[in-house]
Amino acid sequence: MSSFDRFWVELALICYVVGFGYSVYSLAANRFLTPRLTFLAICAGFLCTTSFLFDRGHAIGRCPITNRFEVLVFMTWSMVLIYLVIGPTYRLSLMGAFTAPVASALLLLAVSLSPDDLATRKIKVNPWLEAHTSFSMVACGAFALACVAGVMYLVQEQQLKTRQPGSIFFRLPPITALSVANSRLLWLGFTLFTVGLSTGFLIGQQIDWVQAAWSIAVWCVYGGILIARARHAMAAKWVARLSIVAFSLLLSTFWGIRFISDRPSL
Amino acid sequence: MNIYCFGISHHTANIEVRERFAIPDSALADSLMRLARIRSVDEGVLLSTCNRTEFYIVSPDAQLTVEPLFHDFYGLGEIAELQHLFRLPAVPTVRHLFRVASGLESMVVGETEIFGQVKRAYDAAARSGTTGRILNRLFQKAFQVGKHVRSSTGITRGRVSVGSVAVDLAQQIFGNLAGCKIMILGAGETSERTARSFQSRGAKQLFVSNRSYERAAALAKAMGGRAIRYDDWEEEFRDLDILVSSTAAPHAIVTRAKIEPILRMRRDRPLFIIDLAMPRDVEPAVHDLDGVFVYDLDSLQAIADRTLEARRKELVACDGLIEKHVRDFQVWLNRAAEGAAEVTVLPAGTQGPRT
Repeated sequence: MSSFDRFWVELALICYVVGFGYSVYSLAANRFLTPRLTFLAICAGFLCTTSFLFDRGHAIGRCPITNRFEVLVFMTWSMVLIYLVIGPTYRLSLMGAFTAPVASALLLLAVSLSPDDLATRKIKVNPWLEAHTSFSMVACGAFALACVAGVMYLVQEQQLKTRQPGSIFFRLPPITALSVANSRLLWLGFTLFTVGLSTGFLIGQQIDWVQAAWSIAVWCVYGGILIARARHAMAAKWVARLSIVAFSLLLSTFWGIRFISDRPSL
Repeated sequence: MNIYCFGISHHTANIEVRERFAIPDSALADSLMRLARIRSVDEGVLLSTCNRTEFYIVSPDAQLTVEPLFHDFYGLGEIAELQHLFRLPAVPTVRHLFRVASGLESMVVGETEIFGQVKRAYDAAARSGTTGRILNRLFQKAFQVGKHVRSSTGITRGRVSVGSVAVDLAQQIFGNLAGCKIMILGAGETSERTARSFQSRGAKQLFVSNRSYERAAALAKAMGGRAIRYDDWEEEFRDLDILVSSTAAPHAIVTRAKIEPILRMRRDRPLFIIDLAMPRDVEPAVHDLDGVFVYDLDSLQAIADRTLEARRKELVACDGLIEKHVRDFQVWLNRAAEGAAEVTVLPAGTQGPRT
C-alpha cells in the first residue's frame, strides 16, 4: 500500500474529526452556529474515502476489501453513504454530529493497524465473493447508522424522562422519527446482510465454519431484534439499546474472528 | 433639534398607573394629530402596548420635560404620577428604542411581539406625517438592530409559557402534530388555552371530555373537535397520543394500574401526558412506564424558568451588539447636526435614567 493511499484515509479522518469537533463546539457554545461545516466536513471525508477505494480498486482490480484496513475504510464509507442518503429526512446536521465520531473512530482504528493488516492478498476475482463482501460491508454501514440513531433516541428519551431538556433536546429529531429511522436502518442492514450471507455460500470455496457461525449469530441477533419490534414485544427504548449492543458486538467480534485477514470471505 | 423619549413602562409603574396613560389603537391616529399640534414637538411616534406608553419626540426645546408635554397632550392639570414617568435624552433614547425593538425591555425578555408593535407604531406615525428625517432614520435603524440581535444571539430561544413549553415538547416527541390525537380532559380555561396552543401548531384531531358533557360539547364546538362523555374517555385512550388533563378531581384519575394494560395495545407509540391540574390528575408512577412522558405544572414551569434564565444570560451579548449600533447612529446624528447645525446630541456614553 502506497503512502498516497494512506494519505486519503488520514485526510478523511481529519475531516470527520473536524466535523465532530465543530458539532461539539456548536452545542457547547449554545449558539446558532450553522451546521453546514459539519455536513461539508463529512462530505469531504466521504470524497476522500471514495478516492481511496477507487484507487485501491483500480490497483488490485477488484472490490477493495482484501485486508482489515480496507474493510474498515469500506465500512466507514458505507455508513457515511447511507447517512448522506437518509440524513436529510431526519434533520441532517445533528445526525451528522453523531455520525462523525463513529466514522472518526473506525478510521482511527484503520490507520492504527499493524503492517500485517495492510497486506494485500492476491485473490482471483470471483463475482460471488465480490457480492458477498460488498453487501456485508454495506450492511455493517447500515447497522452502524442504526447504532447512531439508537444513541440519539436514548439521548432524547433520557432528556424527556429526567424532565430537564437541554439545548441539544430541541435540536435533535423527534423521538418517534428516531425510532422509525432506527427500525428502518435495522431492516436495511438486515436485508443487505442476508443477501451478503447467502452469496457467501455460493463462492465455491471451502467454508470456514467459525466465520460462518459468527455471521449467522450476528444475523440471528439482528433478526431477533426485528421480530420483537415487528410483534411490538419490545419497547423502542430497548430496540435502541440493542442496536448499540449488537453493533458493538459486531465490531468486537470482528477482531476476535480472523475476519478477512486469513480468508477473503466471511 | 433634540431627541427624547418620555413615558411609562412596567419597570416604573404597575398596571393601574400604566392604564391611565395608555393610548388605544382606535385613538392612535387622533393622538398623533394632537401630538403634532404641540409646539415643542417637531417629530413624534407614540408606542402604546400593555407594558408601556412611550413618546419618541424630536423637539427644538433643549430643556423639554415630561410635565408640560403630558400636560399639553393629555390635558392634565397636575400630574400625580410624575414619579412613575421617565425622560431620556438623545443617546439613551436611541439605546432604549434599540433595546425595546430587540425585546430586551419586555416583561418576558426576548419576546418578539414587541417588534411588530414598534413597527405598527412607526407606520401609524409615518402615515400621519408626524415623523421626519431623524425619527425615520432612528426607527429604520431600530428594526435593523432588532433583527440583528434576534438572529445573532439566543435571546428569543425557547418557550417561556407553560402552554408553549408543552407544545414544544410534544413536537419533539411526535414531530408533526397534525396526525396526533389529542384529548382534553376537563373543559376549563387552562385546558382551552393549551388546546389552542396545540391548534396553532397544526393539531387537528381534538377530543374533549368533561364531567359536564354540555361544557365539553361547547369547547369541542369552539375548537372544531369532538366531545366525549366523561364515562367513555378511557375507551379512547388506546389511540391517543397526547392527553391534556386539568380536571378538578380531588385524586389521581390516570393511574399506572389503569394505563399499563392499555399501553400494551398501543403498538409502541409514545404517550405524552400534560397534567395541568392541582391536585394532580396523573399518578407520578405513570411517568416510569416505557414510552410514557408525564409533565405536570411544576416541571413545565421549571423548563420555562430555565429558558428565561438562559435568555437573561444573553443580555450581555445583546447589549454589546446594541452598543455598536448606538455608536453608529451617534456618528450619523453628529453628521446630521453638523449639516443642519441644529441637532443637539449628548456626548458618547451619556446614560439617561434606566427604565
